[in-house]
Amino acid sequence: MSQMRFTKEHEWIKIDGNVATVGITQFAQGQLGDIVFVEVPAAGKVLKAGGEAAVVESVKAASEVYSPASGTVNEGNAKLPDAPETVNSDPQGAGWFFKMTLSDLKELDGLMDEAAYEKYCAELH
Amino acid sequence: MSETEQLKTTPLDALHRSLGGKMVPFAGYAMPVQYPLGVLKEHLHTRAAAGLFDVSHMGQGELTGADIDTALETLVPGDIRGLKPGHIRYTVLLNNDGGIIDDLMVTRPAEPGKENTLYLVVNAACKDADFAHIAAKLPQAKLVRHETAALLALQGPQAASVLGRFIPTAATMGFMTSIIAEFEDVPVRLFRSGYTGEDGYEISIPATSTEKVARALLAQPEVQPIGLGARDSLRLEAGLCLYGSDIDTKTTPVEANLSWVIGKRRRAEGGFPGAKKILDQLASGPPRLRVGIQPEGRAPARSHTEVRDEQEHTLGEITSGGFGPSVNGPVAMGYVETAFAKEGTPLTLIVRNQAMPARVAKLPFAPHRYFKS
Repeated sequence: MSQMRFTKEHEWIKIDGNVATVGITQFAQGQLGDIVFVEVPAAGKVLKAGGEAAVVESVKAASEVYSPASGTVNEGNAKLPDAPETVNSDPQGAGWFFKMTLSDLKELDGLMDEAAYEKYCAELH
Repeated sequence: MSETEQLKTTPLDALHRSLGGKMVPFAGYAMPVQYPLGVLKEHLHTRAAAGLFDVSHMGQGELTGADIDTALETLVPGDIRGLKPGHIRYTVLLNNDGGIIDDLMVTRPAEPGKENTLYLVVNAACKDADFAHIAAKLPQAKLVRHETAALLALQGPQAASVLGRFIPTAATMGFMTSIIAEFEDVPVRLFRSGYTGEDGYEISIPATSTEKVARALLAQPEVQPIGLGARDSLRLEAGLCLYGSDIDTKTTPVEANLSWVIGKRRRAEGGFPGAKKILDQLASGPPRLRVGIQPEGRAPARSHTEVRDEQEHTLGEITSGGFGPSVNGPVAMGYVETAFAKEGTPLTLIVRNQAMPARVAKLPFAPHRYFKS
């Protein structure tokens, strides 16, 4: 069964064995506003936990998306560059950024579960 | 005390918050960057109907004295003596190197008793310095700041029909003219001007009546409140300069592609700060020019992005850049060496350490739709 974890930088990671899908959270898309440009990593790119993995831009500003864990990209979401607004409408579903194979499952222990992330967001207000 | 508690507020602060405005610090004020509609839809709404902007943070004042137009001409390159009663002129305060201290709107009021007065509207972030500069340079003139006057902007193709419901004469005012009028029972000064490229008005209102006027305008079906985010994307598409980004004390009006602000008589006579440098640049060309820049892909290029030619030679940098909702793509402007300023010239932008193709583009990106009487 898959499980979802969250970072303090508002990425989510859905874990299925040693494979994971990564995106930005509902909270993050709300803070960014209208998303007009997305750049996703290419297959084969090696990512480090906390390293830059993708780019998301709203009308006003550009933001980095950091990888929640180390590993290798299996695929970037090819539909996003032509439909960046999907990140606003379905950030934790069709608006996923990339899928990756994890190299160190122990890194996931440092991430928040959903309850902890909700509490974290509530404290930011 | 938190950062926001130290910020100044405009007379519409409570209204912004009740409308769900996302408040951010800007030029020392708490200002709405967007409302629940969001920057993209706020932008498109303004181009399609009418948007209401709170620009009360800007500086307003009256400058009065004998030969006040001649006096102000010692600080700006515009033809102020030729400004007719009831008309507005966009101009710039210059330093002795010909650099721009601020850009501003100068109005010669038409009403009796104001023959020796000019009405000034300057940028929020510059207002204290501007008014101190003017007072120091023109000690014989009387400068009265209107610190309790608010300023609203109503912009968009339906602005005239909306405002005409309250002030019938508003609809027939010429572009860049000004009148005093009554909005219901509130005395206001109207300017047919703006910062979006659309038809519209700026309305100076006594602070205590501002919320009443704003609520009456927002009650009209065509009008939505618009935040600073869309204000910026609208003016960028319109090719209008943002002080501190596109123009500053290191840029001359010629370099900024604002030579049109230098009046014909002023070109012949000089007599403004930095005149020698500016007239030399007019005669033999400036070393660099502000131009429109159209990135070829989808990626926006933000301010301070390096601009190169196709041979890795640095030409300048982007000074304003982002996504243009009406263009539905990235738009930018910035400075390039003058030899590269011709429309269509290929450029290279360095975005996140990658070379991105772009071209010099004609400004504005969105056509101006000012009122023609």
